[in-house]
Amino acid sequence: METTTTTETKQKVYFDLTTSPHLHSKWSTKKVMWFVNLALAPTIAAALAFFGIYQALIMLTAIAFAVGTEAAIQSIRKKQVTWFDGSAALTGLLLALTLPPNFSLSATAIGSVVAIGLGKQIFGGLGYNIFNPALVGRAFLQAAFPVQITTWMKPNFAVDGITSATPLAALKFDKVFTETTPMILGNIGGSLGETSAIAVLLGGIFLIAVGIVNWRIPLSMILGMIIFGGIFWLINPQYPTPIFHILAGSFLFGAMFMATDWVTSPITNKGMWVFGLGISLVLVIIRIYGGLPEGVMYSILFMNGFVPLINKYTVPRTFGAVKENKK
Amino acid sequence: MSIGTFRGGVHPPEFKELTENCAFETIPNPEEIILPVSQHLGKDATPQVKKGDDVITGQLVAKAEGFISAPVHTSVAGKVLSLGKEITPTGFPKDAIVIKTNGTLEGERFRLSPLDPETITPDEIRARVAEAGIVGQGGAAFPTYVKLSPPKDKIIEVVILNGCECEPYLTRDYRFMIERPDDLISGLKLIMKALGVKRGVIGIEDNKPEAIKLLSDKILGETGLEVVALKTKYPQGAEKMLIKAVTGKEVPPGKLPMDVGAVIQNIGTAVAIHDAVVKGEVLTIAALTVSGKGIKVPKNLLVPVGTPIQNVIDFCGGVTEDAVKIVVGGPMMGVSQFDLHAPVMKATSGILVLTKEEITENPETPCLRCGQCVGACPLNLMPTKLSRYSQLQRYEDAEGADITVCMECGTCAYTCPANIPLVQWIRLGKQKVLEMQKERAAVTQ
Ligand code: SF4
Ligand code: SF4
Repeated sequence: METTTTTETKQKVYFDLTTSPHLHSKWSTKKVMWFVNLALAPTIAAALAFFGIYQALIMLTAIAFAVGTEAAIQSIRKKQVTWFDGSAALTGLLLALTLPPNFSLSATAIGSVVAIGLGKQIFGGLGYNIFNPALVGRAFLQAAFPVQITTWMKPNFAVDGITSATPLAALKFDKVFTETTPMILGNIGGSLGETSAIAVLLGGIFLIAVGIVNWRIPLSMILGMIIFGGIFWLINPQYPTPIFHILAGSFLFGAMFMATDWVTSPITNKGMWVFGLGISLVLVIIRIYGGLPEGVMYSILFMNGFVPLINKYTVPRTFGAVKENKK
Repeated sequence: MSIGTFRGGVHPPEFKELTENCAFETIPNPEEIILPVSQHLGKDATPQVKKGDDVITGQLVAKAEGFISAPVHTSVAGKVLSLGKEITPTGFPKDAIVIKTNGTLEGERFRLSPLDPETITPDEIRARVAEAGIVGQGGAAFPTYVKLSPPKDKIIEVVILNGCECEPYLTRDYRFMIERPDDLISGLKLIMKALGVKRGVIGIEDNKPEAIKLLSDKILGETGLEVVALKTKYPQGAEKMLIKAVTGKEVPPGKLPMDVGAVIQNIGTAVAIHDAVVKGEVLTIAALTVSGKGIKVPKNLLVPVGTPIQNVIDFCGGVTEDAVKIVVGGPMMGVSQFDLHAPVMKATSGILVLTKEEITENPETPCLRCGQCVGACPLNLMPTKLSRYSQLQRYEDAEGADITVCMECGTCAYTCPANIPLVQWIRLGKQKVLEMQKERAAVTQ
């Protein structure tokens, strides 16, 4: 068979031959991770403002050890070193923000190593872990340093009546309700990230606006809190109001930055609703019946464990398919 | 005005501004054209000429073979140079007729006899559409007369003209709507007549307000015709999405639009039908957009079918230094090219020359389970799962997860921050599953 030439062969032969689609959104794993880090800026600023410069040391220590652990494990296992993708730094930063303002640096470092080692790399690295690594680190510290991790510090700009205790602890152990305004602003006792509701919301709304955080998770958690917290409060007004539940402790921080962790939250839209509502239900029960004042960490970790199951049972109905076994 | 749409989808940057104001230009005949005998879905057409034969423009060179097929006509006058395998934009060599142009023969032109659209019968319309070699201009190149001949038991209620043109860069349908609105409407009426349908809808994305306005004005006072504005979103122009947006009905998996009473036709197809009936023209010209940041002068062109891509690119001033990729079709579903001798085909809607900056390839990382692809899939599939099954060769699981329903629109891969080649994996898995199903069918027979 003869081949024919049409024009001068001036064509370039190096044309890229990848398959469709030839356009991609501007997001990459790395860019997403750094955007989440960026979204924590207001919270970081609030932590520094309320608790002082020592907080910067906690955060830097946590990030350094997280990134270092990631790099060390990856090079030992002869895997590609991806510490610069921002995910390890994010884990370190998130962990730091769950710690009390006067937490020791050495314990912080241990927490970071555990978060990356046990929380992430043991499963095979980014994308394969089941539990939120920062929360795994935090849970470890809770067990290892139970006293230190519940020792709080009085914030700068504390107004009358504000003690170093967190609003939840104050309520649980002293039956003292904290006012709403300080909880919104953040001049209350608590861990670095949980104090200022406004700062957390700013970052969270930013992430929702750029499309990184799926709004279904924070919204379903808040709705869940209004429903389940509301039910308890209606039964017995001695229990905190839903508003208090939402503003106190690390609820908002968890809703915006922890529960929304891509890897450990459901991938289906319906699943996200189940997940968010589930977290709030578990949380209300822990806060009301549990021995500890706070429970966001446990409720998220608990629901993380159900994610594979949730994904399995919330597969969307294929377009045009008739719903099967509608009984 | 209600704005119809569907669930999911994405909003890629459009880049329509590069060509939306470029009126169609006619490209001069190339020295040589390459006419694959299969420019449509279905059976190859059978060559009717031998090496050395003289042909005139519009002459039949390959006859339709069987029910799903379309004839091929030459777009230039000249001499048949060869019959053999030639590269096509799909990347595979196919049987083709190569014709060397001869200017002295150009005056003559083959035409069918014009027909009166008022008195023409449905059968005559179908026969004419078949004879003129018209195929769907939207990509799959399904022979149009087959779509105009639904089985008796299917009741068609609505004809929808697809004026969405949701692929970024492409503006050829838009130009048709702006430049030839009357012919377009005439074509739509012919389609409706062939199908015996009372309702004709032109669905247009709301990023084309001038087209919406112009066509709405043109159909004022006509009964049964309407222009529907649709949300600008990719892939709004996919058949299933368009039907959902216009009628609210979902085409079930494995079924066709006609199963829910709808027939979709492309804008260019309607114009071609008008030309075939009223002017007696056979389909030898492809209307296409040449665009992308890598082409010197972006244009909308009328190109003789069979013209090598290289000629089209040369006519547009050639490529820029930073061009890295040439795509036939739109950027979301088009095919990248390695041999620019491949010809423009009947259904070619665009040629894009893309630069590095436009295609932003990020490194692939493991799946982050972010669910972006799941949320974006317009057919409610789980792209991450489908591609995983395909990678692991778990084809039964892939089948169970409806991999065959995937229309390869690329929406999922567009969203994926981990830059996993989802569509590539899904395509592979889909092929395997289809093979498996065929084998199964063969065994049970
Ligand atoms: S390519 Fe397939 S799986 Fe991906 S979004 Fe389109 S239909 Fe869904
Ligand atoms: S979009 Fe990509 S990273 Fe996200 S779930 Fe889908 S495949 Fe995984």
